[in-house]
Amino acid sequence: MKVMVPVKRVVDYNVKVRVKSDGTGVETANVKMSMNPFDEIGIEEALRLKEAGAATEVIAVSCGPAACQETLRTALALGADRAILVQTDVELQPLAVAKLLKALVDKEQPKMAIVGKQAIDDDCNQTGQMLSALLGWSQATFASKVKVDGDKLTVTREVDGGLETINITLPAVITTDLRLNEPRYVTLPNIMKAKKKPLEILTPEALGVDVTPRLITLKVAEPPARKAGIKVPDVKALVDKLKNEAKVIS
Amino acid sequence: MSTLVIADHDNQVLKGATRNTIAAASMLGSDVVVLVAGSDCQAVAQSAAAVAGVSKVLLADSPHYKDGLPESLADFVVGLTGGGQFSHILASATAFGKSVAPRIAAMLDVAQVSEIISVESPDTFVRPIYAGNAFATVQSKDKIKVITVRATGFDAAAVTGGTGTVESVPAGPDSGKSVLVGRELTKSDRPELTAAKVIVSGGRGMGSAEAFKVLEPLADKLGAAMGASRAAVDAGYVPNDWQVGQTGKIVAPELYFAVGISGAIQHLAGMKDSRVIVAINKDEEAPIFSVADYGIVGDLFQVVPELVKELG
Repeated sequence: MKVMVPVKRVVDYNVKVRVKSDGTGVETANVKMSMNPFDEIGIEEALRLKEAGAATEVIAVSCGPAACQETLRTALALGADRAILVQTDVELQPLAVAKLLKALVDKEQPKMAIVGKQAIDDDCNQTGQMLSALLGWSQATFASKVKVDGDKLTVTREVDGGLETINITLPAVITTDLRLNEPRYVTLPNIMKAKKKPLEILTPEALGVDVTPRLITLKVAEPPARKAGIKVPDVKALVDKLKNEAKVIS
Repeated sequence: MSTLVIADHDNQVLKGATRNTIAAASMLGSDVVVLVAGSDCQAVAQSAAAVAGVSKVLLADSPHYKDGLPESLADFVVGLTGGGQFSHILASATAFGKSVAPRIAAMLDVAQVSEIISVESPDTFVRPIYAGNAFATVQSKDKIKVITVRATGFDAAAVTGGTGTVESVPAGPDSGKSVLVGRELTKSDRPELTAAKVIVSGGRGMGSAEAFKVLEPLADKLGAAMGASRAAVDAGYVPNDWQVGQTGKIVAPELYFAVGISGAIQHLAGMKDSRVIVAINKDEEAPIFSVADYGIVGDLFQVVPELVKELG
């Protein structure tokens, strides 16, 4: 079974983003970029499936500008077998990405796609579900445990009240939650090896997909800042403030 | 034209977040129709019909809608839009809403606007991006707008005051694509995290699962829900559904206690809209103090019991 794992190049999770002064977006020039953490968990899960004999090949894919090749090289260094970049400089929104991924699924015929539940830049939480719907596949979002038994999957999901376990049948899209696994580290020898692994470059046009953005971003602004508070010397002072100043307890 | 709200419920009770979503729907200027799809969920339909602002409830009662699984339900909702009467489809940004809404959007070939916190006009919305470090104002020109609603952005519509009618609609087919095996839901007598007026959260500084017990008397005293930072959940101190943050639950209570929480960006994203924030941390440089209204620098194992005593 082939497994496809999309990976997105995003502003590193440690970077405190700054809104551009002209309100068109956030500053991404000279900012550290990394693989979306949820996608890293997706790669790790696919590699574990391969190591357990349930998957035969792990294909990492990305959509976006040429720089996404770096993210794909990281995926290859982690252990993905090969990579595909759908290269475009157009701003890609989740529906467009889902359509590109569907075109790649049609071409590559994987039985499973493991998608990060959310990208930490746009925080959309859409692409995996959209891909599943476009393909008419089963869907298991927010996975914290995946068990494969032939073409049957048992997936434990993180839901609002706790955990939920479902059975689904392949082909399927799984979206990863934080506690699915702990991704391995990239080693130097594997970085070297990754340079030799195949990385194919396609375009949305070649795949016949219209990626024109549907949502128009009118402006991006700083959220209202919270006023810095005060430190109080002791518990007595805290209770006094909560009762008489903030009036949140009586 | 009408707005369709997909109710989040457990076949017995309408989840609170649905009323926040109904409030957002009411701002779009057209009739609000609520879909209650489930099994033996008549009571949910009745309570949805009574919510202020609801004009009609569509009740689809069938065993295959019992567990809120997304595949059959999304197919069904897409079917409902066939007559062209819905301009907007809204769901709460809960685990349920997030699973089903993007499927509907993809099948309708429209964009989804995720986790809106404000309605500027029927086609323009504000949503947080980058863990709430920026707010984007986005406009959708799609014919049907599929939206998920962040509960903390809208005051919940009143439980009563609506005069909606309940209309039964025939269920769609069962796709059979997924089957529920079981649920391990955290049992608690405390209020639900996303609906609580007071929340007491612990972080990595708690040091162990056992140590969270020190927070219980405080939560008891204040009738608070209990939460945690990602670090505490990852360390296995408390269950996943306690997580407050960018990728966990987004909360905005009247009063939030951050105990032994350093204040990572992704945690702040989940709680910085709280009205009053109290931080208790032994590290006076901890970033949590930059958002806290009141901070105490000290050992939480001394401060918290003292606080319980002082509250009387």
